[in-house]
Amino acid sequence: MNALDATLTQYIDPYYLRIMILLGINIILALGLNLITGVTGQLSMGHAGFMSIGAYTSAILSIQFGFSYLMALLTGAAVAAFFGFLIGIPTLRLEGDYLAMVTIGFAEIIRVFFLNFEPGGKAVGLSGIPQHTNFITVWLIALLIIALNTRLLKSRMGRAFYAIRENEIAAASTGIDTTRLKILAFTAGSFLGGLGGGLYSHYMYYINPQDFGFMKSIELLNMVILGGMGSIPGTILGSFILTLAPEMLRIVAEYRLLFYGALLVILMIFRPNGILGDVRIYDLKKRWGRKEVKTCQS
Amino acid sequence: MPVLTLEGISQEFGGLRALDGVNMVVEEGEIFGIIGPNGAGKTTLFNIITGIYVPSEGDLIFKERRINRMATHNIARLGIGRTFQNIRLFNKLSVLDNVRVGSHGISRSGFFKSLLGLPSMLREEKEIKSRAEELLELVGLYDKKMEYADNLAYGEQRRLEIARALALKPSLLLLDEPAAGMNSGEKVELMKLIEQIRQEMKLTILLVEHDMSLVMTICERIAVLDYGRKIAEGPPEEIKNDERVIQSYLGVGA
Amino acid sequence: MFWEQLLNGLTLGSTYALIALGYTMVYGIVQLINFAHGEIYMFGAFAGLILVSFFGFNLIAAMLAAMLFCMLLGILVERIAYRPLRGKSSRLSALISAIGVSIFLSTLMALMAGTNTHRYPEVIAHQSYHLGSLDLSLMQILILAVSALLMIGLQFMVQKTRIGKAMRACSQDLDASYLMGINVNRVISFTFAVGSALAAAGGVMVGVYYNAVWPYMGMMAGLKAFAAAVMGGIGSIPGAMIGGLSLGIMEIMGVAYLSSSYKDAIAFGMLILVLLIRPQGLMGQKISKKV
Repeated sequence: MNALDATLTQYIDPYYLRIMILLGINIILALGLNLITGVTGQLSMGHAGFMSIGAYTSAILSIQFGFSYLMALLTGAAVAAFFGFLIGIPTLRLEGDYLAMVTIGFAEIIRVFFLNFEPGGKAVGLSGIPQHTNFITVWLIALLIIALNTRLLKSRMGRAFYAIRENEIAAASTGIDTTRLKILAFTAGSFLGGLGGGLYSHYMYYINPQDFGFMKSIELLNMVILGGMGSIPGTILGSFILTLAPEMLRIVAEYRLLFYGALLVILMIFRPNGILGDVRIYDLKKRWGRKEVKTCQS
Repeated sequence: MPVLTLEGISQEFGGLRALDGVNMVVEEGEIFGIIGPNGAGKTTLFNIITGIYVPSEGDLIFKERRINRMATHNIARLGIGRTFQNIRLFNKLSVLDNVRVGSHGISRSGFFKSLLGLPSMLREEKEIKSRAEELLELVGLYDKKMEYADNLAYGEQRRLEIARALALKPSLLLLDEPAAGMNSGEKVELMKLIEQIRQEMKLTILLVEHDMSLVMTICERIAVLDYGRKIAEGPPEEIKNDERVIQSYLGVGA
Repeated sequence: MFWEQLLNGLTLGSTYALIALGYTMVYGIVQLINFAHGEIYMFGAFAGLILVSFFGFNLIAAMLAAMLFCMLLGILVERIAYRPLRGKSSRLSALISAIGVSIFLSTLMALMAGTNTHRYPEVIAHQSYHLGSLDLSLMQILILAVSALLMIGLQFMVQKTRIGKAMRACSQDLDASYLMGINVNRVISFTFAVGSALAAAGGVMVGVYYNAVWPYMGMMAGLKAFAAAVMGGIGSIPGAMIGGLSLGIMEIMGVAYLSSSYKDAIAFGMLILVLLIRPQGLMGQKISKKV
């Protein structure tokens, strides 16, 4: 266990500490996917593939090549981004469901690759990864990413990404180079995926290809969707729920997935836009504002 | 000086000849109408001009520049704006954001500038916002600027599309059936608006419409399409009385 | 050796085709990627297993009964998880709902049957037949014959019967079909039923052929079969057949001549390749958007 975390466990139960660290990592991963799928509307069902690229790359650089923690993380994220860019170019001209298929295929190919990758330990996995990740590093980075995302999504570029999701042809007619921006979103999103992966591997000490399978991609997708597509608070909420739920539901461990599956169906029927999907801070402010006016009048 | 020139524009869709040798010249500052029965090829023409389709034959020239194979977003940046026959708003964005996106083609802040929040980007944001608000004021939607675009009434949505197209500071504006679904009061307002923007923003306007009274009132020249061919062109009085035009609308032998 | 592998490929491919048909038909009508389809296939395999092991059914009877069971299951899933979302929600919500069903069903089976691999008892003689220099097992012949029969039957139904015509109409334009008086709900349920039945048949046959049935067998097979459907042109029935058969052949050949450790990647590699060269799939039609 990381030295800092060890000290922290004097104050916080190590169980909750672990959850909070995983939450931070998941938020970073989910925000990356949010940019691709929630904001720009490009359905990516292979985000775990980018996570694994970041995880393995940074781990190997740390172990075999003695990279510093920061360099390992950034390089891992950059490699993931590079693959995002590579995948993006030919496939972003495909329509929604086709793109989803390609992303699934891509993630599966990556998984099989790592299953056969000697330096990564193949199916046995890779262990001995230095545990540089601790509560502070994770949350420092997470908060930074949240801030950057918030600023980006309020800017001209952010609006352009949303426009592509809403109506791609109309977006083009306003001067938005939709292909270029889709690739950009994909690249940036996969960068964050790789970053999360690096943080993950340097926390878990041990990784293997099974950690990054299709179910992981689905989990991340659900974090983005459950909270409300394209919204940062929504993604954070989704990450929160889906990081905590498995832990909370440990009591009913065996039935956990059963509930999870049923929950997805129920949620989609009753609240297809996600929990915070239809809610805007502007609307909330308006409603609170009105309440105040009422009290004044009485 | 002609703003837009079409020379022998033809468009084929797998055996169907949607447009056949259309020639047209649109002069600077005029309001030019395109009419014709449904299926005549009017929207196809618009789609070619805005780069959504590449013409099978012919030349498309905008301000002395051949733009046949230019991508839609580049054509927009050259200064051609448009509205759509089937309204294409950014439904889950606010009214204000819809118009702000409209100015994407003329603003510059890139990805990293936006990420870092540099002063130049913040300045540009202010400009974008104030221009968007001006335009909303112009079309009478300022009060609804924070509404979701899909919450607006139909006529309001059409006006929003116009505001968004204007945000691009175009020199040529294409309006695809802007009066569809409007009542007579709204149509009068629309005509006033079109005149106003033509004047104030020095626009050339190309208009596809089905409402004859509207077209005859505000257009200086009109071209008539039928089965992909231009069958007549001229000022409204001529077109009104043109035999071929009447036949194409009412059917032969009417 | 080559012909043997080709034969193995066709056998495997037939099972992929059976599953792929379910995906393609459903997508053709409601534009939904039915992620739970793989689990229907898995339930079929288990249903057959139970009927053979505990009730002494013979293989064919078990397959038919399993098909019936899965038809009902497919209809049920559509009613509960997809119909409420039809029309009013985005495609993405339907997709997530499908994923939810997939998770639910696979977990349900894991809870009921445990995660170990189950085996079919001896239902078919280990007989081999010789065709020239080739050895065909009885099971292979059965798979090829049954698959061919089912696929021909499907083509006949779709092309020559009234319900088939209704299905084709719905896949072209759902709203227009409704306005023309077609009971769209019934057609959709029927489509799910047919697809599920075919998947069940595939499940039973795979279970016997590879002598392995386990709760998560539907996941990978489902993904691959879906890849096959997309390769062939999603929405096209002949496409799904060709896609499935091609995938089976490519996979077996790949394992035989290249490497077995990359077996699972072959399907997806091929998929990506096809989509890059011909986005609409082999038999799909280019869809132009109305602007």
